[in-house]
Amino acid sequence: MIDEKFDAIVVGAGMSGNAAAYTLAKRGLKVLQLERGETAGSKNVQGAIMYAAMLEQIIPDFREDAPLERHIVEQRFWMMDDTSHTGMHYRSDDFNTDRPNRYTIIRAAFDKWFSRKVREAGATVLTETTVTELVYDIRGKVIGVKTDRRGGQVHADVVVLAEGVNGLLGTRAGFRQMPKPEMVALAVKEMHFLPQEVIESRFNLKGDEGCVVEAAGTFSRGMTGLAFLYTNKECVSVGLGCLVSDFARTMESPYELLESFKQHPSIRPLIAGSEVKEYAAHLIPEGGFKAIPQLYGDGWVVVGDAAQLNNAVHREGSNLAMTSGRLAAEAIFQVKSRKDPMIADNLKLYKKMLDDSFVVKDLKKYKDMPNLLHTNAQNFFLTYPQLVSKAAKTFVHVDGTPKIDKEKETSRSFIKARSRLGLIGDAVRLAMAWR
Amino acid sequence: MTIVQKTDTTIRVEDKLFQNRYQVDPGRPHITVKPHDKPSPALLALTRICPAKCYEETETGQVEITSDGCMECGTCRVLCEASGEIEWNYPRGGFGVLFKFG
Repeated sequence: MIDEKFDAIVVGAGMSGNAAAYTLAKRGLKVLQLERGETAGSKNVQGAIMYAAMLEQIIPDFREDAPLERHIVEQRFWMMDDTSHTGMHYRSDDFNTDRPNRYTIIRAAFDKWFSRKVREAGATVLTETTVTELVYDIRGKVIGVKTDRRGGQVHADVVVLAEGVNGLLGTRAGFRQMPKPEMVALAVKEMHFLPQEVIESRFNLKGDEGCVVEAAGTFSRGMTGLAFLYTNKECVSVGLGCLVSDFARTMESPYELLESFKQHPSIRPLIAGSEVKEYAAHLIPEGGFKAIPQLYGDGWVVVGDAAQLNNAVHREGSNLAMTSGRLAAEAIFQVKSRKDPMIADNLKLYKKMLDDSFVVKDLKKYKDMPNLLHTNAQNFFLTYPQLVSKAAKTFVHVDGTPKIDKEKETSRSFIKARSRLGLIGDAVRLAMAWR
Repeated sequence: MTIVQKTDTTIRVEDKLFQNRYQVDPGRPHITVKPHDKPSPALLALTRICPAKCYEETETGQVEITSDGCMECGTCRVLCEASGEIEWNYPRGGFGVLFKFG
């Protein structure tokens, strides 16, 4: 395929792969990036919210030409039962600045832009090329990859595995285990197109302002799951995800769940009359800190979703992906600058840099959260949303019942559903996992 | 005006997949199910939980796959590759689902 040898091969053109390829190329390394999709982005799915700070560290002036949809001025967290939602909203005009903190994006467009930047930085990007296996030297060091192109073997000092949550190479090479069903969520999403002014009036937005709704509740039917509505310029992304282990146990159908979420009286009016132009599905890493695999070896590093670098509690993924890609590239550059070989003992610098960054610090903070939420799904995603809805309804419903009786009724309903000990236990466990 | 709440649960996923863009590689499915007499619970679950409804139970109780509408999410791989019940590979470069928005 290509006779010349590269300093680095990056497998995958998602957030982490593009961040790695761009940073490596900018540092003057000879980079080959391989992507199996028709273009960068054609296999990638995200909600999608993009955090500016992490992209600024890679491309400081990205706002000049990146395809951004809306900057987010309002965040809504909803706890839902079958007919109502109890919400916490945060909206601030302070988010209307020259340099907003986060934006909604559409990945196909965004990834094409990012890929153009990678090319402009000097990397060679080959799309429609599936990497089929890694190539090793006699000592077991990775020295390149085989692709499905004719004569498709190509060599490099180091391979960056940015192959995504469902990456085949690293798992087949034995570098990491395949994600267990309880370590990944299956998310489905639709793109609902509406006129710009309709979106703006329904979500109380003007100009490029955006709104995010994230919800948990009875729609996941007792499974650990989350639903979302993200406003783009001319469409609303609507989706939900639940753990694969929960889907396998309950045998719920993801698109039936999505369909019934869309019919919820709190959701239906927001997307009424829209035209759906795409239906997508993707896995999301949910294992957290304890699921992070070996991150480096002789001739390879792994970044992004492939390394389970996703903060499920804060619903952050692409910023961890971008940062891990950038740090892997910085580490490779440093090893290269010292003219040292790309072996595990030198590439461990990447892990050190990642450990020192917010990526691993954040995941470490919530290391017990996946276990708590995954094993108490019924309570956190079904019982509590119902109790909270009932409590809110009792609070606002005026019918002549003395307030003291109403309060007693609410506390009785909590105790009946979870018992005093259960309530205390849940609170303690949540506080312990959060701290 | 009367508002009719739709409670139809027989959603046709084909109608959803129809919106998507695919480059099908004829005769080269990227996922295959190993011949079997009785599917495991995980394999049988795929007939319900595959988001593209690629898996279907035959009249004689086996599970078969038509991978044309596959969105390459990997759910079936996570559940059934380790046991050897399915074989999962990426489609050839440029083939498979091509997300317009993602």
